[in-house]
Amino acid sequence: MTLIDFWLSRRGELAVLVEQHLLLVVVSTSLAVALGVPAGVLAARRPRAGRSLVLLANVAQTVPSLALLGFLLPLPLVGGIGPRTALVALSIYALLPIMRTTITGIQGVDPAVVEAGTAMGMTRRQLLWLVELPLALPSMVAGVRVATVIGVGTATIAAAIGAGGLGEYIFRGLSMVDTTTILAGAIPAAVLALAADGLLAWTERRLAHSRQRGAGFVSIAAGAALLLVLLVAARSGTGADSIVVGSKNFTEQVILGELVAQAIEAESQVPVVRKLNLGGTFVCDRGLRTGDLDVYVEYTGTAVTAVFHQEVPHDSEQALLRARELYARAGLTVARPLGFNNTFAILVRGKDARTAGLRTIEDLRSVAARWTPGFGYEFLQREDGYGALARAYGLRFGSQPRAMDLSLIYRALADGQVDVIAGDRTSALITTLDLVMLEDNRHYFPPYDAVPVVRIATLLREPSIGRALARLAGKISDQDMRRLNAAVDVEHRDVRTVVREFLARPQTAGSSDAPPTEGTVTR
Amino acid sequence: MLVRFEDVGFRHADRPPVLDGFTLSVEAGEVLAIVGRSGVGKTTILKLVNRLLMPTSGTVVVEGRDTRQWDPIQLRRRIGYVIQDVGLFPHMTVEDNVAIVPRLEQWPAERRRARAHQLLELVGLPPDSYGSRYPHQLSGGQRQRVGVARALAVDPPVVLMDEPFGALDPLTRAEVRQEFVRIQAELRTTVIIVTHDMAEACMLGRRLAVIDAGHLVVCDTPERVVKSTAPLIRQLIDSVSTIPSTNPTAS
Repeated sequence: MTLIDFWLSRRGELAVLVEQHLLLVVVSTSLAVALGVPAGVLAARRPRAGRSLVLLANVAQTVPSLALLGFLLPLPLVGGIGPRTALVALSIYALLPIMRTTITGIQGVDPAVVEAGTAMGMTRRQLLWLVELPLALPSMVAGVRVATVIGVGTATIAAAIGAGGLGEYIFRGLSMVDTTTILAGAIPAAVLALAADGLLAWTERRLAHSRQRGAGFVSIAAGAALLLVLLVAARSGTGADSIVVGSKNFTEQVILGELVAQAIEAESQVPVVRKLNLGGTFVCDRGLRTGDLDVYVEYTGTAVTAVFHQEVPHDSEQALLRARELYARAGLTVARPLGFNNTFAILVRGKDARTAGLRTIEDLRSVAARWTPGFGYEFLQREDGYGALARAYGLRFGSQPRAMDLSLIYRALADGQVDVIAGDRTSALITTLDLVMLEDNRHYFPPYDAVPVVRIATLLREPSIGRALARLAGKISDQDMRRLNAAVDVEHRDVRTVVREFLARPQTAGSSDAPPTEGTVTR
Repeated sequence: MLVRFEDVGFRHADRPPVLDGFTLSVEAGEVLAIVGRSGVGKTTILKLVNRLLMPTSGTVVVEGRDTRQWDPIQLRRRIGYVIQDVGLFPHMTVEDNVAIVPRLEQWPAERRRARAHQLLELVGLPPDSYGSRYPHQLSGGQRQRVGVARALAVDPPVVLMDEPFGALDPLTRAEVRQEFVRIQAELRTTVIIVTHDMAEACMLGRRLAVIDAGHLVVCDTPERVVKSTAPLIRQLIDSVSTIPSTNPTAS
């Protein structure tokens, strides 16, 4: 799919993302003006206090943006998932250039002009509004220009914490390793930055030429900024009664988030807010605990290891019970598994599996001496990865495993560069590239059953949520998930449509794996 | 008596005094020229009048009241101030510059405008062609005239002028001076003018106050000061006269 097709087929979404992006930048820059100009005026008049203010803003500026979002997330009032945290972070970044140029602008006013104003009987305030601010204005606009351009770039990071904006496409594209999607977000962001720069440069020139009505301009800008902030505050104040569904930032997660959202919508009257594509396990977990999210889909293995740092029982049901017990302490609970287990999959080419008669990982022993394995960096490193797997099955490969990025590993197998890989059990590419998954007959890998994690308070408030989640239990087999992933990643179809069709299909069709019975989970 | 200095001393902390035991009276309607070499405290004398500076000893009395008892904003709005580098507001038009003190005094817009036009006529800048220009579009002499017009805007009882013509080329300077003499004769405004140019002081001042090292040396009509044979005054006149030797009106 070409870039133009991508944009054309998602005009509506693109427009929403551009609007969110602009709003993030405009509101945060306005906030920074509202704070930075008074701070700059103060600093220009009291150089000692000014130095510490500038130092503070300087330090804030050096904190990497993802780290800053991470710091802000758990804080009360300013933190949480969504645009608020992003606005705070963006405002902090915009503060320094605006403060600096305000200071330079005011200190750069000709002392003779200031003395003339004083000698004419201007009060301090009149001197500021009639003389100093108008004369500092071109310098301040230059600061706003720098802040805005930085803001347009930094705002792409905001998508990681569910604030929306063009970063959504960039993060989505990164997780799908799809250049088109990355560019679909990156190019409009670059165009926005250039347009903002051009517009403000033009304003700067106009101000330098006709230096009139300076104070008026400042008041109008300040008024507009205030209005915008109020508007946004009013908008974000809504939704106390809604259900917020989250997801991490890769295709399968987005599909599952949408699935949960549509299931709730079918079962309940409560409006559903989607905060999909959040930047990882940590962000989703935080959101759930602070109440910014009501539900998202996690994997039992990930929950026990990554969230609670404990060892995962190798039995599916044990793992589920463990997760439930751990989550209960945080006021959260785990609904019944959706059906599929997204654990590691040992994959070989379909052709090889058929000629060599490979069915289980154990069967690899006969061919291992002639084969080259390929693994992701993480799989080579982690304790339960390659080394332990080889020991558990007594595998001795003829050559050292080749390390490569997960996104390349399927292609490498299909092209014959490696002969066996550790992949994702639900990857769309298993079907597309005709790969075969070998059975983990010694139950070496821990279970990664997909389970909705939900706030207990939400379930009590809205019992319909519980009903909706119960209806999803055991509905999605490995094969189903693979198809859903393929529909989005390979066929580039719209997530909402794909999910709607999946939920509308006849109950048992399309599922080759046996659906799990209550309480037990297939692996 | 409009302005009176009574035994005024002024010093910056830890420095030798700029003024010491300075006493002088300025009559209503007169032009008093303050002459002296650079750095003898001439500008300080002016700034003590509109309270840009406060005396460290003695009192400065304006319109019968100690400047310490004046509200500084009120005081300054009653005193016109013209400085060498003019200090016009570069972001305002000529008309807005002239009308700034009326604006601070909250005159209605129509009255402000009428007053600005009247003053621009007075200083020889037709408001129709100059009113909407910006200071950077004017010549040095024109800017200086705008500065004078601005200082006169609310008919202040006193106008202070600090080397008002110092930055002009000799021909323009002569012209603007003539203009000044004409305007002052018309308005009878009290003017205290500071200059290091003896010839200029003689031409403009009804009385000359000669300052040296923070003291008043003599205060008298130009004729008497020039004829004085006192060695200190002779020496001063000679020394200040050598500075404006390029001035055609000095000979």
